Amino acid sequence: MTLFLRRTLPLLLTFFFGVAAAIQYYVPHPVSEAALTEISVWLRITLGFAMVLGVASLCHVHYSKIRARVAGWGYSVVVYVSMLATVAVGLWAGGQEEGTGFGWIYTYTLLALQGTMFSMLGFFVASAAFRAFRARSKDAAVLLVAAIIMMFGRVPLGEYLIPAAGPLSGWLLNVLNTAARRGIIIGISLGGIATSIKIIFGIERSYLGGRE
Amino acid sequence: MKFSFESRVSSLEFQVPNSRYNTRNPKPETRNPVSGRALAAILVLFLSTLYPLPSTLAFSLSPPEQFEAFDMPGDGGGSIGLSWRAAPFDGPAFRYQVYLADQEQGPFTQFIEFPANTHYKSDVDRPWWSWDRTRSLHFYQVTSTRDLRLVNGRPYFFKVAITDGTQTVDGPIRSAVPEPNLFNWAKANNLLLMVLFSALVLIAIAHAKRRPNIFLRRIPGLDAVEEAIGRATEMGRPILYLTGSDDMSSLSTIAATVILGQVAKRTAAYDTQLKVPHRDPIVMAVCQEIVKESYLEAGRPDAYREDSNFFITSDQFSYTAAVDGIMLRDRPAANFFMGFYYAEALLLAETGAGTGAIQIAGTDADLQLPFFITTCDYTLIGEELYAASAYLSREPVLVGTLRGQDLGKAFLLVSIVVGTVLATIGALAGTQAFVPLLQIFRDFK
Repeated sequence: MTLFLRRTLPLLLTFFFGVAAAIQYYVPHPVSEAALTEISVWLRITLGFAMVLGVASLCHVHYSKIRARVAGWGYSVVVYVSMLATVAVGLWAGGQEEGTGFGWIYTYTLLALQGTMFSMLGFFVASAAFRAFRARSKDAAVLLVAAIIMMFGRVPLGEYLIPAAGPLSGWLLNVLNTAARRGIIIGISLGGIATSIKIIFGIERSYLGGRE
Repeated sequence: MKFSFESRVSSLEFQVPNSRYNTRNPKPETRNPVSGRALAAILVLFLSTLYPLPSTLAFSLSPPEQFEAFDMPGDGGGSIGLSWRAAPFDGPAFRYQVYLADQEQGPFTQFIEFPANTHYKSDVDRPWWSWDRTRSLHFYQVTSTRDLRLVNGRPYFFKVAITDGTQTVDGPIRSAVPEPNLFNWAKANNLLLMVLFSALVLIAIAHAKRRPNIFLRRIPGLDAVEEAIGRATEMGRPILYLTGSDDMSSLSTIAATVILGQVAKRTAAYDTQLKVPHRDPIVMAVCQEIVKESYLEAGRPDAYREDSNFFITSDQFSYTAAVDGIMLRDRPAANFFMGFYYAEALLLAETGAGTGAIQIAGTDADLQLPFFITTCDYTLIGEELYAASAYLSREPVLVGTLRGQDLGKAFLLVSIVVGTVLATIGALAGTQAFVPLLQIFRDFK
């Protein structure tokens, strides 16, 4: 029974839903569409329950850190305080965001922090580009030249200084870059189909964990 | 046909001036009527030669012919197609009006009007095996909208009228019932190619079972896994492994979890600490099972730590900030970025590069590949991520799928070259002869 539940049933479910999802793409009937929508709803419900697992894991990890007084355990206290405070304010506001403390926390704390992280991307691009564009090898030199052309071609001042940079950067982007990208996408698509076949037919089953 | 219309116009024009001729001649009996008519006819013919009348102004309207209403093929219902034969006089001066009614007796409501030289069957972008793309038939697709709702299984009545602004001629009434279809024939090529490729992969797997010694080209990123774990062991620092930003339904996440199993076996053997922060609790639960199993397989169940897999948050940038914090505080010796990533890719990889860790990335997110290539020591590009489990485990069955993939790629490469040549020849020669063949490969995804 344990083997059936741990191995056979998941493989049967994987096969059934894998084949059904593949067939669904070709069946335009409303029943097929409704089934897909229904499965999506079930997935969201499952994810909702799974979030309990996630929160439990989060609490356990940070509780262990506080208890063991590991380096930086204060951050774990911040996690607990901010999480519990947000939950309390959210419950007090009845889950409403508009004009409540819950909305205030979301707008002026979470969004601001998210914006800060995202804006750091600009600096990270600069530092990554600086490291990558050092012409240490032939490949890096090609990358450097291509990047210079692209920068001149995409910035109005650069195109004003070197008029040929505009069409050249367009050619690099639309011909060389697109060709390489399509090659990668073809490989990804075939690899995806092959991996799907392995999973649907139970050839690849290590993602299920425990062995027979 | 066109010529006959103009002849008729000439005779019409011939008769109208006849009455004027009579008014201008109070004593017609004093004139020779035959010679006068002949003269007028000659004059009209002469003028029509000098200033030819447009054919559009010179005939009586005829109703649309071969009018048909039919359920649109390959859809989920709620749609009806109308077709009728294109008339020789079709032009911008004439307009078709399409009417709809719930009953044959009406009342009919006009819901669309368009110039008579538009809306042909050839305008519909469907492949040849599911659609007759002829320009000799007009076509209009009636679909459900907010104002016009077509209910499946219920008959609807249509008629098409043609008008020149002053005169309108109705065509026959036809009915059709919108029905949902079980198969979209426009995707038949897709299904055929998928079945062929799947068969190819399964044949390659069967072949690999019989002859397990299949050559695999070196993938430096996967060879470096051993090196990265060894380095972490020597330095006494943990290994950080990320499974990407997608959930368990993503292929790249499954591939990442499979590679995690192989990495965990080695960390168990070397007794190196493994840290796997997660964005998705389901992925976390799966990874816990995989890592536990790997430690068991490596004979080190005692070394397994329950908290090696832990959940942070499902929020993108909060997760990124937390992982960046782990990198900066714990200084892992090796970072693995496997799976699908979005804008956080560079934020993670650049922070890791700043800590001096050896970094191995593997993703099928083609837009994030440049960021990983510039910041990581090794990058598994696209399909190499899927090949990783076969490469690391060397199981013949898994390696067989790689052979199938390669055969599929070879087939597509040959198809691309042949298709390009045929399309070029077709364009140069102005022929559509190769279009049916080329359409077989369209929308293959």
